[in-house]
Amino acid sequence: MSSHPTNFTQAQLDWLPWLPPLPAEDLTPRHWDGLVDPARAKSAYFMLLARDPDILGARTRTDKDIFYNQNAGLPRAERELAAAATSRLNGCIYCASVHARFASHFSKRSADVDRLLAEGVEVDLDPRWNAVVAASVALTETPTGFGVADIAALRAVGLDDLAIADAIHGAAFFNWANRLMLSLGEPG
Amino acid sequence: MSQPDVIDLLVGITAGCHLDGLRAQRVQARDNAQASYLALFHPAEPVDISLVERYAVAVFVAGLHRQPAITAFYRAGLAAQPDLRLMLDAEIARGATAGPYGHYPAGPLSAEDKDGPTFTAITDVGPRLAAALAHAHMLVFHPRDASADALRTLEAAAWSATGIVTLSQLVAFLSFQIRVIIGLRALAKAS
Repeated sequence: MSSHPTNFTQAQLDWLPWLPPLPAEDLTPRHWDGLVDPARAKSAYFMLLARDPDILGARTRTDKDIFYNQNAGLPRAERELAAAATSRLNGCIYCASVHARFASHFSKRSADVDRLLAEGVEVDLDPRWNAVVAASVALTETPTGFGVADIAALRAVGLDDLAIADAIHGAAFFNWANRLMLSLGEPG
Repeated sequence: MSQPDVIDLLVGITAGCHLDGLRAQRVQARDNAQASYLALFHPAEPVDISLVERYAVAVFVAGLHRQPAITAFYRAGLAAQPDLRLMLDAEIARGATAGPYGHYPAGPLSAEDKDGPTFTAITDVGPRLAAALAHAHMLVFHPRDASADALRTLEAAAWSATGIVTLSQLVAFLSFQIRVIIGLRALAKAS
């Protein structure tokens, strides 16, 4: 593989920062709190974001609840589908790789996830996945055309209102994550 | 002073309503979306990026999303800067476009490259804020055009590495907060 990937993939990628991450010896208790998981001190991405630990900690705790909270709502596979579709549309090869893998893992539909990566967000998967992808696309475009028609389309394929709120949050969160990963470094 | 939950405020969520019940089932996401807002707009110490710069970028970003109520919310943070508020209105009008567009690394995705405008400030907001607005416009509309050179441009306008991280978080967070507000508004309207 070349040093910088030129296509969407489910393969594991590295991410290389364009600014110096915080040196480990500079970490204070406030920085450790911002990192949330001590293992994240091994990641160049999180050590770069640790330059502003308060927003990093709040970002990470928001992320975890949107994707990991298993109390009802949208199944994890489809939260990851929203993340992957958003990343595909914005063009974040790194984010798409991570969340395409998660979507494949939780759905066991790796071939469909590959088609999303290869064909883009216009791909025809099945009615339920198409609705999640279309809602993610509508919410990701700027300015957005997301509205009651998208809510109706999600309800029509069986999502209840908590699941719809989860889809909204999954797509919205990746509009945050994509912009950090795209603007502070690159996949390698 | 305690701050109202911004997403609740701008969606119009009141205690006990349907959306309040949904948000209560994701309490960590709700509390930390608000904690993110507080970290960026009510920081313990606004090092490397001033409060005026934070609110100015927020007004610009919300304006580019064509969200009048959200723009007005952040514009209130510039109560003491009437001239800057007028300049930002002009910059928002100049910056209006539709995204996402941009370019991929040369290769199979080049067929999906989509050209669009790059932004240069037209008013006298000063070199630091002018560089920040140009960067924010790219992140809002064409984030896949981001590059190491874009960060060098910010550095040349006296942005520190930590200031660039906070600026990026601010634009990226607003891209999230604005979409949660739009999404939940639609859900409330459809209920």
